[in-house]
Amino acid sequence: MARRQIPPMDEKPKEILIHSNLSSMSTSRDNILSRVNAALKPLETRAAYPEYSDSVALTPALNSDLGLWENFCERVKLVHGTPISGGATALATWLREQKLTHGYCDPALIEQFQDAMDSSITLETSFDRTRVDDYQFGITRATAAIAETGSLVLSDTDTSSRLAALAPWVHIAVLNRAQIYPSVAAAIANLPDDPNIIWCTGPSRTADVEGILIEGVHGPGVQVALLMD
Amino acid sequence: MKFQQIDQYAAHLASDKRASVYGGTKSGYDARLRALTTSYTAPDHLRKLAGNIKQHTIENLDTYLPQVEAKLQSNGVQVHWAGDADEACAHVLRIMRARAATKIVKAKTMVSEEIGLAPYLEKEGIECLETDLGEFIIQIDHDHPSHIVKPIIHKNRREIATSFEKNGLGAYNDDPQVITLRARQFLRHKYLEANVGISGANFVSAESGRLVLVTNEGNSRFSIAATKVHIALVGIEKIVPKDRDLEIFLNLLARSATGQQLTSYTEFIRGPKSTTQPDGPEEMHVIFVDNGRTDVLADECRPILRCIRCSACLNVCPIYRQASGHAYRAVYPGPVGAVLSPLLAGKRFSEMADLPKASTLCGACNEVCPVNIPIPDLLLRLRDRGKKEKSEAAAAATPPMGGFAILASSPLLWKTALKAGVLAPLVPPSVMPAAGKTWVTTRGLPEWRGGKFRQWMKNRKKS
Ligand code: SF4
Repeated sequence: MARRQIPPMDEKPKEILIHSNLSSMSTSRDNILSRVNAALKPLETRAAYPEYSDSVALTPALNSDLGLWENFCERVKLVHGTPISGGATALATWLREQKLTHGYCDPALIEQFQDAMDSSITLETSFDRTRVDDYQFGITRATAAIAETGSLVLSDTDTSSRLAALAPWVHIAVLNRAQIYPSVAAAIANLPDDPNIIWCTGPSRTADVEGILIEGVHGPGVQVALLMD
Repeated sequence: MKFQQIDQYAAHLASDKRASVYGGTKSGYDARLRALTTSYTAPDHLRKLAGNIKQHTIENLDTYLPQVEAKLQSNGVQVHWAGDADEACAHVLRIMRARAATKIVKAKTMVSEEIGLAPYLEKEGIECLETDLGEFIIQIDHDHPSHIVKPIIHKNRREIATSFEKNGLGAYNDDPQVITLRARQFLRHKYLEANVGISGANFVSAESGRLVLVTNEGNSRFSIAATKVHIALVGIEKIVPKDRDLEIFLNLLARSATGQQLTSYTEFIRGPKSTTQPDGPEEMHVIFVDNGRTDVLADECRPILRCIRCSACLNVCPIYRQASGHAYRAVYPGPVGAVLSPLLAGKRFSEMADLPKASTLCGACNEVCPVNIPIPDLLLRLRDRGKKEKSEAAAAATPPMGGFAILASSPLLWKTALKAGVLAPLVPPSVMPAAGKTWVTTRGLPEWRGGKFRQWMKNRKKS
């Protein structure tokens, strides 16, 4: 693609353009904004912000006979997520079935989980990035979940280590019923005050090679939602 | 008479490439359509609404840009502005140099393709590794992406397996699962070695300053979990006014791009990592890139700036399917590219002025566009401009219309021509006038139907 030099709209005196880093930065800002202004000036009217209701993009309604967790489970299966209820004991059984023996656990959760696991499963409470391939799974807290889409919400505040929730093949996000939002709209209206919020909808995936779906590219190949209550 | 460049490219496209592209655009088509049309009671209303929100935003960028800048700064983000490609690349280089950093892991961003970031940095001795699987394969092959969402739509698994083997990523194996696992294994160590993670942004909320990234593989997550500095390259049109607007755009983008309700990962990034978090960037930079966008904003074709890069228009376009993305000679292919590329070319518009002609004006692109961009209408405006500016590229393979004008203004000649037209397919191309010859080399003539309507009218009057 061609590189281009666009002359500023309103000609400034030449010497302003040849300058130290700092003032050339502010010149670029001013140039861009003045080009934006000049581009928009001839418009007689500007398109107004349209009014719309929060439910405008709501997808088929949840099943009102079921609770939010049950609705969440239905949707999470559609995106190949793995819902498990029954807290730490259920997880221990599942880990043994999967033959997973070594992983990371959020230090705030370790007491709850250590008791449920027997000696065949070891949990570490720090994630050593030099041994990134050693962890078969990572257990961290979810901030919330979204029933409409089967998504888990993670954040810097609740995820004890970004890498531990991402690098192992299996990620287990721990949540309670009260944390489940019915819809995307509700989850957006309640975005937490956090610099890094991630909605995980199913495992990491790609279809780059011939459109064939493969799960587990850079993130978890198995995404578990573990209900504690 | 010269061929249209895109026709020429299509005519020489290897048949396996054409098959890959054609198959790739069709695969998942039903899923995408189903996801869009069965999810909502009024899908058409929704995409018009999305279009109106974006149109409002771009027509008020003079308000929103300073607003989002202030918001980002108060969130602890350093904001930079780049008028053109060189300046954008130079910002990245300056940030790298100031930290004596030499390694970048980069998620997929169209802006970085547009500004030629990776080659620029490589010349400066900085490693800039693509981490999206498709883009990674493009990089090791020294190729170019040919689709916005599926960059390697033109490649088959055998080619990929061969280049993996050539690049020391294991013995030949063309199982997509194996290819993916090998890339996973190779790249995860690269993230952990890198100093800086680069991403784009699908949306930026002016209200909260949150950058929204929509991905499936998790590579952008990894690069901003493993590195200490995050740089986001953002086109100035990526803004949405409020957080609540994101609901609409997220719903539409994933459905239009891949037929998913949401992509695997939707990231809302508001600044450097929180102090309690062990992993992730301590520093975050946003580079707002113009690179021709303000010219587009000043043009009557400005609705193209609503584009959310979903690729739906590429997937349905009969020209794209036959010609492939590389035929468009620019970063943005397909119908969106046919509008955007000549406009972004600025003073070199006329070199790209043939692209707006790479369309049958069937309207499929407009019908699927989640932000309701009237692409055929914009293409016509650009065709007109190409003609007015006497672009040579645009004139290629266009039969002169003078002869048509003479015929059309004389009823007698017109009638004779209609009757005689039946003979046209019998004329061997070698004796055709130049314009006709170019036309039929890349196209079949339809069966002649001239005069049938008149005949029908006459018979109808009689009875
Ligand atoms: S023009 Fe519309 S359909 Fe095409 S990529 Fe952009 S948003 Fe999607």
